[in-house]
Amino acid sequence: MRFTRVLGAALLALGCAAGPAAADSSPSPSASDGGAGPTRAGTSFRTATEIEQDQRATASASAGDYLYWSFAADAEQRPTVRATVKLPDAHTAQTWQVDVYDGLRRRQACQYGAQTRTAAQGTASIDLTCVLRTVRAWSEPWADDPLPGTYYVRLTAIGLPAADLGLPVSTSVEVGAVNIGGGAAVDGSLAEPLVPGIAVTSERKDEDSSRKSAVLSSIEPDGGWSSGWWSSRWVWTGVGGILAALAGIGGYALTRGTGRPTRVPPGA
Amino acid sequence: MIRRQRLASGALALLATLAAGLAFPGAAAAGEPTGAPKVDLVLDVSGSMRTRDIDGGTRMAAAKQAFNEVLDATPEEVELGIRTLGADYPGDDRKTGCKDTAQLYPVGPLDRTEAKSAVATLSPTGWTPIGPALLKAADDLDAGDGSKRIVLISDGEDTCAPLDPCEVAREIAARGIGLTIDTLGLVPNTKLRKQLSCIAEATGGTYTSVEHTDELTDKVNQLVDRAADPVVTPVATEGAAQCAKAPTLKSGLYTDREEFSQQRWYRVDVDPGQELRASVSVGADRAVNPDYGLLLRAVTTHGREIVRGEAAGNGRTDVISTGLRYPKAESDDDDAPAESVCLQVTNAFSATSGVKTTPGMPLELTVDVVDGPSQASDVAAFGLGRGWWLLGVLVLVGFLAGLLWGWVSRWRVAVWRTN
Repeated sequence: MRFTRVLGAALLALGCAAGPAAADSSPSPSASDGGAGPTRAGTSFRTATEIEQDQRATASASAGDYLYWSFAADAEQRPTVRATVKLPDAHTAQTWQVDVYDGLRRRQACQYGAQTRTAAQGTASIDLTCVLRTVRAWSEPWADDPLPGTYYVRLTAIGLPAADLGLPVSTSVEVGAVNIGGGAAVDGSLAEPLVPGIAVTSERKDEDSSRKSAVLSSIEPDGGWSSGWWSSRWVWTGVGGILAALAGIGGYALTRGTGRPTRVPPGA
Repeated sequence: MIRRQRLASGALALLATLAAGLAFPGAAAAGEPTGAPKVDLVLDVSGSMRTRDIDGGTRMAAAKQAFNEVLDATPEEVELGIRTLGADYPGDDRKTGCKDTAQLYPVGPLDRTEAKSAVATLSPTGWTPIGPALLKAADDLDAGDGSKRIVLISDGEDTCAPLDPCEVAREIAARGIGLTIDTLGLVPNTKLRKQLSCIAEATGGTYTSVEHTDELTDKVNQLVDRAADPVVTPVATEGAAQCAKAPTLKSGLYTDREEFSQQRWYRVDVDPGQELRASVSVGADRAVNPDYGLLLRAVTTHGREIVRGEAAGNGRTDVISTGLRYPKAESDDDDAPAESVCLQVTNAFSATSGVKTTPGMPLELTVDVVDGPSQASDVAAFGLGRGWWLLGVLVLVGFLAGLLWGWVSRWRVAVWRTN
């Protein structure tokens, strides 16, 4: 009897514990089903073409162009930028590089991935990848941790022989993100995401929402920016509390035995 | 004569920059383009355009066909003009030949038939005065505050030295009218490629080498469409050499020029509880040595550094940029004054030998003053826990507490019973 009760409590504990684990390992969006995105690219931070995550943006350009796209990344996401450059039939060795900048135009480090690659003479295409660090909801002003907001992708040839300058190339860029979940949920949050020009945009929104005008950056993630208070840590901590309570009851029950002490005569 | 013209245009450019700087000292938020986007197509009609080497036809025929298609595809809102160079003077006199540039179709609302019939009249004739043509094209586009673009199509390098078209382009860019020059080279050689890409680089434009008619059409269409995209126009400002004299900026997008190893100072007022965000980029619009850097510092009026943004790089680049955040702490005093934060921009670019160092390189500054962040009091969100260790510890502690409680109550019952 006593044994079954403890076993029941243990089973319950297991069932509850599986909950937060499942909530934590949320599936990463697959990169393969990328819809067709814009077919052009900007040529500066100011004119960067906005793309959404898991969207494949393409652009025809000339070797030597600096191509800019921008995307939105929210807290707890780890974005991955993939770029492909299709080179013309005849070309000499070229070095291409993909750089990622945050909303403050600070260069963001790539954790891994081939950010720079040299295409040998006659190579048809090259693939570049940059896996960013996980975006945090808050960081100290002196750190350059990735924060929620706009990110810029710059794709360019950094080493280009004069003979190849201006040759037609076709490029494509795709941004995917893995949701890291509660493990990356930090305390604190920004009042506004790191979107350039947001002070001007929000001011203007208050004035007159009907007027459409050029803004530096107007992208938002699907479903808007996260408010920053929810994370799977609530589930973990809550379930932990319940388990502790159950374990407490179990421990108490162990010392008390089943109901009435056996030595006490009935009717005492 | 040409030398004098160059000096004069340089002085004009300088005056224009100064005037722009004086006119908007610390002007308000970045404006938005209200005027229509304008594009001036500048076509080389020099004698060499007669060469038959594009898809079996002459270069001129390819250009005409491309122009016809582009004129059909031009978006309604774009004001398009066409300027020619070397279209009228067939003679040998360099002086006259180098002034040969004319407006074929004025920049304005587009009448497609009229523009097409104007293009049809062209026949390859004279010299290749790229520099003077660019200056005139810039004048064509001068009015209005929409986005402005010159698309230069040429098949030969400038034949009117010593007026270097590359420096002309830089001077045009320094006028601060927000003009971009894109260049297309027809069947280019190394020298032409160098010159045209230099012109493009000087204004943040692109250079494309074209070998087929459809490539030419696609590219010009792409460039015209690009001009039609609404873009935020930066406000011209002029940073000072020291903080005390610096212009005070509000949230917005600003543009300025910074010479090699020059300091630029700006000021921003930040109220307690607000956060200052500033990002700056300096463009490499000329040949620079391949190792460079940029430093943006936020400094108090007393000279103490608050926070800095640094960037360094090497290799081919268009801009180098960095940024910083400064959240000013809340104040208990309700009417605490705003802090005047000085922003210092310095660059570590160096010019390769023989490159002119004036006008300065284009500098773009974004300032955003927003509400401050909610500070973190713990590493984890709200100090909450996570993970199997946490669950293990909680279960163990709960279990031990339960046991203890059980024993204590048993002991108490036993004590009560014996009494």
